[in-house]
Amino acid sequence: MAKAVPFVSARAVRRPAEDGLIPHRGRGGRWRYWLYLIPGLALLTVVVLVPVAANIGLSFTEWRGIRPPVFIGMENWVELFADDAFWASFRNSVFMIIAMVVVPTLLGLVLAAMLFDLIGRKFGGRLASTLRAVYYLPQILPVVIAGIVIGWILRPQNGALNTILEDLGAGGLTQNWLGHPDTALPSIMVVLVWVQIGYPVVIFMAALQRVDPELYEAAELDGANWFQRFRAITVVIIRPEIFVVTLTSTIAALKVFGPIYVLTRGGPGDSTLVPSYYAYTEFFQSQQIGYGSAIATALTVLIGLVAVVFIRAQSAVERKEREGL
Amino acid sequence: MTTEAAPALPVITQEPPTPATRRPRRSRSAGDWAILVGALVVAVVIAFPFLLIVINSFKSPADYNTSGPLSLPTELYFGGISAFWERVNFPQKLWNSFYISGLVALFAVLISVLNAFAIGIGRIRARTWIVVLFLLANLLPQEALLYPLYYLFREIGLYNNPWSVIIIFTVIQSAFGTYLLSSVYGTFPKEVLEAAALDGASRWQILWRVIVPISRPTLSVLMIFFFIWTWNEFLIPLTFLVSGDNQTVPVAISVLQGDRLMDVTTTSASALLGVIPTLVFFLIFQRTLTRGITAGAVK
Repeated sequence: MAKAVPFVSARAVRRPAEDGLIPHRGRGGRWRYWLYLIPGLALLTVVVLVPVAANIGLSFTEWRGIRPPVFIGMENWVELFADDAFWASFRNSVFMIIAMVVVPTLLGLVLAAMLFDLIGRKFGGRLASTLRAVYYLPQILPVVIAGIVIGWILRPQNGALNTILEDLGAGGLTQNWLGHPDTALPSIMVVLVWVQIGYPVVIFMAALQRVDPELYEAAELDGANWFQRFRAITVVIIRPEIFVVTLTSTIAALKVFGPIYVLTRGGPGDSTLVPSYYAYTEFFQSQQIGYGSAIATALTVLIGLVAVVFIRAQSAVERKEREGL
Repeated sequence: MTTEAAPALPVITQEPPTPATRRPRRSRSAGDWAILVGALVVAVVIAFPFLLIVINSFKSPADYNTSGPLSLPTELYFGGISAFWERVNFPQKLWNSFYISGLVALFAVLISVLNAFAIGIGRIRARTWIVVLFLLANLLPQEALLYPLYYLFREIGLYNNPWSVIIIFTVIQSAFGTYLLSSVYGTFPKEVLEAAALDGASRWQILWRVIVPISRPTLSVLMIFFFIWTWNEFLIPLTFLVSGDNQTVPVAISVLQGDRLMDVTTTSASALLGVIPTLVFFLIFQRTLTRGITAGAVK
């Protein structure tokens, strides 16, 4: 948009910006554009809007899926807030966020700066983009397949990790990695870090191309060390991308389902239970549709809150920055 | 959506400019070499699981038990791969995934174009709110739609039918497409549209003969992303495609995990068969995606 600024603003004086881009001649007012929206809006209504509304409604009912749902008011919600498994699932979500947001974003910042700044400059851009492609590799997999790959390595009896540990003479360290409450959650977290790491690296490396190398050189002349330059220049310039990456990854972390389904089914006990898997089991195993709907609704509200908080925080930071300048 | 985890368009970033052309290389200090070694170690750690899967998929279980996971196979053994291939009828699962993802990509782009035409070109009233509404569809956890949709599709007889998944993902993917394309069309060169209107073209004609051809690079990038995202989806295909005949590749592979007939190398082979199609797409599409974005930058 910025490119066309002088042209657009000149036009805007003559024609209110509200008009369509195609000049209209006599027939067909602007309302006719609504016709083009009919298929999209109709599908959206049937597949998203009505089901979401129904899901919220169902959270106030008792329904086993056969006889019609019975309205029970807030009962599911009261039960939910006293449900240890529900709280366990959200506690595990915090660990999913550590594994999918905190670790990959921090590591990704360092790796991207390293690849762009140092390896790209001193060892050639080709090596830097090859390394970037390798880091990105797990991202292209369906996340369940990524889970299966790591799950295979962690197999209890003859899995690769245990066999390697035995060969190294560290047989005492072998574990039923996914079957033991103490190691199941960390194992899942390793899968997610592995899957996620390429995403921030690629986005941050693209963003770093906006950084003017002369800014770096000036800072270097002023005696700033690498870390100071990194904090004062790099992080500030690519802040919009940091926001986007943390927001999208946080939402993805709250929705994790596939790796849990293929690796642990939430177990052992509640040790790897997450909200989406909990809702799934309530729907299709316990046939407690009302209760499952309450879990899914709670998750939806939480994701909405996260998005709002992130976007607010971002615009607050931007505002402060503008005032500071 | 993709890997649900990453709904961005990262592959289309341009290659970093080759530094050699920009400035002379500096001397490399010991610290630089240390960092290079660090970056290479990270790369090896990330690639290691893939490597393990590849070498162990071609071993017999006996070979695996005697020589362990790290050694190369003593002889190439295709028993694990062929056993899993036949067990799940892999060509059929590939076709199911291909058919579902392909149709979703096509329909979702079509719906996105129609929506974006009304929002970006037509600038209809309340367009911001409509975009927000579409974005919601993309943001929502699929669990919040799951049971009502399950009920709906069972009632209309589309449960356990690929069309249930096709319809759902057409809507979810086109929500993102509407958001992206609306802002692209909002900056569409006006003089082109005015010239077409002056020549007597109707809106419908302008859409299909002017706007769609000019924005084709963006549309093909969107189509590829919709295809890959749909291919990688799990929860909804798992719920809606219960019979083996209809399952997609990720679903078919995951439901067999832990099955007692899956010995150690067959399981490895199953992971390999899940990895290969996405690797192939990545290699095929990467060039298109880079080309698509540069072509889009012309106007």
